[in-house]
Amino acid sequence: MNIVHADPRGVDSGAHFMDGDHAIAEGALAAGCRFFAGYPITPSTETAERFAERAPEVGAMFIQMEDEIASIAALIGAAWGGQKAMTVTSGPGFSLMMENIGLAAMTETPIVLANVQRGGPSTGLPTLTAQQDMFQARFGSHGDYNIIALCPDSPQECFDLTVEAFNLAETYRTPVFIMTDETVGHMHEKVVIPPADHIKVVERNLFTGPKEDFRPYRFDSQGGHPMARAGAGYRFHITGLTHDERGYPVMTAAQNQVVVTHLIEKINGNAECIIRLEEDQVEGAEVLVISYGITSRIAVRAIAEARKKDIKVGALRLITVWPFCERRIRELAGQVRAMVVAEINYGQMVREVERCAAGRCRVISVNHCGGAVHDPAVITQAIEEACR
Amino acid sequence: MMSTTEIRFSGFGGQGIIRCALITGKALSLYDDKFATMTQSFGPEARGSACSAQLVVSAQRILYPYITAPAVLMALSQGAYDKYHPEVIPGGTLIVEEDLVKLGDHDPRLQVWRVPATRVAESIGNRLFTNLVALGFFTAVTGVVTAEAMKRALPGLVPGRFLKVNISAFEKGYEHGVQARGAAAP
Repeated sequence: MNIVHADPRGVDSGAHFMDGDHAIAEGALAAGCRFFAGYPITPSTETAERFAERAPEVGAMFIQMEDEIASIAALIGAAWGGQKAMTVTSGPGFSLMMENIGLAAMTETPIVLANVQRGGPSTGLPTLTAQQDMFQARFGSHGDYNIIALCPDSPQECFDLTVEAFNLAETYRTPVFIMTDETVGHMHEKVVIPPADHIKVVERNLFTGPKEDFRPYRFDSQGGHPMARAGAGYRFHITGLTHDERGYPVMTAAQNQVVVTHLIEKINGNAECIIRLEEDQVEGAEVLVISYGITSRIAVRAIAEARKKDIKVGALRLITVWPFCERRIRELAGQVRAMVVAEINYGQMVREVERCAAGRCRVISVNHCGGAVHDPAVITQAIEEACR
Repeated sequence: MMSTTEIRFSGFGGQGIIRCALITGKALSLYDDKFATMTQSFGPEARGSACSAQLVVSAQRILYPYITAPAVLMALSQGAYDKYHPEVIPGGTLIVEEDLVKLGDHDPRLQVWRVPATRVAESIGNRLFTNLVALGFFTAVTGVVTAEAMKRALPGLVPGRFLKVNISAFEKGYEHGVQARGAAAP
């Protein structure tokens, strides 16, 4: 891994009063992203606007594409052309991007996609918040594969996690998603962008050996195998078909086993390095509240109310949503009486919690569909119920 | 100032309500050493009709991002006053545009300030500056934020060629606020 300081040209250092959408664009520029292709959609458009405005200052390219399908295809091309590339969208656009998300996963192309979630399905609730695309992020494209998804809870974290998303994309050669929501996307808070020499950036690992030795893939369940830039003189083949280490199609069950195992294990096998959680008073807790994104900030008030009633409540915030923190949930399931999972959907990540808790503690889902954040009292009620 | 103050700016779309919250939030969090979280009504229904922005201000990091017991309400339209005055806490502050809002039966414990923001804005050339006049008044009567921080926050949030006139609109409003405060002093 080649870790360098950020290129100061892309870093708008200093304190800003900024919304989450703009902070994503700034994070991308700080991380060295110089290619953005996208199609405007509420509530994510502000990211594209910010990137478009800043692109000429930093020598980046911004293209408003004809649709989301073309947008993500352009990202894959840009990445193999040597660029760090990103797009931003919301539910309907995310659905359109699914086919080529699979292509990016299969071809191990590092790209970053931010989904500023709104209520669905379909065009759903264009202007209102939701967390309904969490499973789509993991399983939305066909076939078996794996991805990484991060979930910021503030504009500051939108900046920080976008930088991290690019670093993870390069480290594991995989699509990385920033799964934020309308509330965080449009919330304004202070965002401190550090000086460029305080921002660590993972550079593209480019092959430098003899031309005949280059292989675009190595199926070793690790990430970060060197890439070559299209046009740099290395001969290689990129296809969505099951392929060998040269990238040429090999249509056998045995090779599919090799490729798919690698795609999944390069992330699962490094899960402990990838996963970030925030825990509060988890030791000795009777009830553990699990949440992510905006919901974790609503849960704070519910937890404070419950603690006033002398209930021992811990909080666990998923900063990394995928890969899921299986080991930690298994551990904690043996320590707490109940887990309360709060999210703005019909019950998605709660399924992962139930799977990992495996009946060793109660799992209570506090959910509602898109359009609004929780009333904290509803979460407090669930915490109280969990103690009974 | 209490450790946390909740503020609602409200009016109708086009009055610069969101801009008021942005300027105040930026002033507090960048120049007054406070934490501020701004959330806004967002949607097609916000344009031309009711519009509001919420600002939570605190000496500490803000976790819960919404207002639940606002201490200050600025209402620049009748609809905003009617809709939001019941949520203001007893002893809270209510600032209304005096030509646009007819006061009704709000909680008598509220401290009420009336500002002729539109007329003042017209006197300096354009009613588009109504929000800055109101913000100047708000700054003087609430003391939540310093005038210096507010003026420093303006560049980047108002068009550069109108910066000077926005600053003078703010100052006019501030003067009105200082006078109103003096008149109200026991």
